[in-house]
Amino acid sequence: MAVMTYREALNEALREEMERDPDVFLMGEEVAEYDGAYKVSKGLLDEFGDKRIVDSPISELGFTGLGVGAAMAGLRPVIEFMTFNFAFLAIDQVINHAAKMHYMSEGQFPMPIVFRGPTGAALQLSAQHSQACETYYSHAPGCKVVTPGTPADAKGLLKAAIRDNDPVAFMEGELLYNFKGEVPEDDDFVIPLGVADLKREGGDVSIVTHGKMIHVALQAAGKLEKDGIQADVLDLRTIRPLDMDAILETAKKTNRVVYLEEGWPYAGTGAQIVSMIQEEAFDYLDAPILRVTQADIPMPYAKNLEMMAKPSADHVVEAVNKVLYR
Amino acid sequence: MITKVHMEALSPTMEEGQLVQWLKSEGDEIANGDVLAEIETDKATMELVARGDGVLRKIFLGEGGTAEVGAVIGVIAGADEDISDVEGTSGGGGGAAAAAEEAPAAAAPKEEQPAAEKPAAAEAAPEPAPAAASGSDDGRVKASPLARRLAEEAGIELSRISGSGPGGRVVKRDVEKAKEEGVATPSRSAPAWTPDEAEYEDVPISQMRKAIAKRLVQSIGPIPTFYLTIDVDMGRAIEARASMNASLKDEGVKISFNDIVLKATAAALRQHPNCNAQWQDDHIRRYNAVHLGVAVAIDDGLITPIVRNAHRKGLVQIGEEVKEMAGRAREKKLKPEEYTGATFSVSNLGMFGIHEFTAIINPPEAGILAVGGIEETPVVVDGEVVVRPRMRITMSCDHRVIDGAQGSRFLQTLKTMLEEPAAILL
Repeated sequence: MAVMTYREALNEALREEMERDPDVFLMGEEVAEYDGAYKVSKGLLDEFGDKRIVDSPISELGFTGLGVGAAMAGLRPVIEFMTFNFAFLAIDQVINHAAKMHYMSEGQFPMPIVFRGPTGAALQLSAQHSQACETYYSHAPGCKVVTPGTPADAKGLLKAAIRDNDPVAFMEGELLYNFKGEVPEDDDFVIPLGVADLKREGGDVSIVTHGKMIHVALQAAGKLEKDGIQADVLDLRTIRPLDMDAILETAKKTNRVVYLEEGWPYAGTGAQIVSMIQEEAFDYLDAPILRVTQADIPMPYAKNLEMMAKPSADHVVEAVNKVLYR
Repeated sequence: MITKVHMEALSPTMEEGQLVQWLKSEGDEIANGDVLAEIETDKATMELVARGDGVLRKIFLGEGGTAEVGAVIGVIAGADEDISDVEGTSGGGGGAAAAAEEAPAAAAPKEEQPAAEKPAAAEAAPEPAPAAASGSDDGRVKASPLARRLAEEAGIELSRISGSGPGGRVVKRDVEKAKEEGVATPSRSAPAWTPDEAEYEDVPISQMRKAIAKRLVQSIGPIPTFYLTIDVDMGRAIEARASMNASLKDEGVKISFNDIVLKATAAALRQHPNCNAQWQDDHIRRYNAVHLGVAVAIDDGLITPIVRNAHRKGLVQIGEEVKEMAGRAREKKLKPEEYTGATFSVSNLGMFGIHEFTAIINPPEAGILAVGGIEETPVVVDGEVVVRPRMRITMSCDHRVIDGAQGSRFLQTLKTMLEEPAAILL
């Protein structure tokens, strides 16, 4: 095991996959000369040259479309969005083209493309740049959605995403790039998409979550432990495809579930998962499933309001107490 | 591979079905498509076919038993496959025979039981709080799905457990506490009071009876119905029928008065499409084609086979179709598509000596004719009392679709056609 940051883990994954397959290339704003806005592509220009590490103009729709075309022509593009908050303009290429191409061409065109970049809020970036964007991409069939929360997951899942023949929205966290963790030293370390990971084993209650919220969940689990409550923390890792077996296993074990996500509640990922749990594990539930989400408002700029609007460990503890009838 | 045998929806309105007869036994080899059983739906007896290959390993639902649509009533699987995980529905007991056996046993201890039970309950454990405490101001016990299941498994009545959750909800810990402290009395205890035998008899209701009740309540409740009655002089129709039947004599075909009414109704509806219509909540659907439902009495109910496109059919064809379908209706062999989708209906009780009556609309149709018998009746014609063969027709109208004047004009047209059958041809 090597200890490295989330950023370094992504960098390693990119490097290894580019070495492994000459069809892989990276394109996005500032990815080459500047080493990436968050330094994820550090050193890659020197190593692979400007044909494979490509700086694009500030035109998300344009270079995303270029990537889709390149995938149709047989390459394996990795398109970096400086953040998914900037990529709404490009979502037409993702949803209407990348996600449907294989289907509408009757399988003539595979679409091995990865769209990656940070999603969600950092600190005081205000309403337009503090959004968790997973739901937009997971809503449409045809696009896989991956949300790694640790360096090891970031590396193993990005490698899987690049090797996958379907479009993958690979959603990182701005606040995670400096997060350190152990990563297996194996250049073929690949984590299959669609497999959740039990990040903490408890038994009294299930906190199900994804992406950087796993850290909030683990923090809440620590607080609960002092109160004698042991929580399962299930990290979905992939929102689509979804590891329903793992969700049902923890739900049936603890009989009570809290879903934690960074995004808004309305038609959020949690809404989907709650619906599926109640369909398939109704008789195992001892309490209504609760969700902890961002407040249903555009993110405030003011620091104090932003803290209140974001889901926190205290919010999770409160929800857990409710489903435990405490 | 395990293939569960489900109670399938074998009619469009079926919610549960009664197993009439298994045509295969446990252990029989089954091929996909084999007929497994006969099921009585709300309308007819239908065949249930296998959806997979293998051996019929297990039958859950006995003959005579009832199960909801979707319930697992049997299992097809490989001869050695483990099917222990498959749970099924045994329905309402093993049918008539089993019920008969159980009845005396259940009835016998009835007199002694109330007396015997009380002291027993008093001795059993510290008397539980007779927990109407379980947040049930509407008589319903609130419980989490898990608590409900655990209580059922433990044989504890939920209403005897006091709930500690919000609003008195019974939750897991309450059931566990109840189990530990031995609160429960068995959930299958005999009722505290049973009426004398003579007071009434409970007759099991057929699927069809259930459907009729449901449909008719649906009708008189939400459908604002009004009635229009008209008298028709059937003199010319009698003459026309006699001459037609004379000419058809060699073919062995006979046209009935009801056939003439159906033919005239179809023709009149073509002229008044506002009566051949349905209320659709946000719009009215008027049908061009006339699909006439014809009420047919059968042993334990009624059913309305449909003469499709009656406006395009001649009297002979209408007569033959009605006769043929009525025959199969009595044998309960009608297919769902033969009794669903009428645009208007006709019910005729003339053969029972009924002078006049009103019929109940079969939703979503907007109208139905109730046709009485033809009776010799004194009427005034040109200032003189004469005896004429008269027939009374009453139309029930869904006022959301048909207004009084519209219905009346339709009936006028119908009357004209019946009084001058040649007008049907116009």
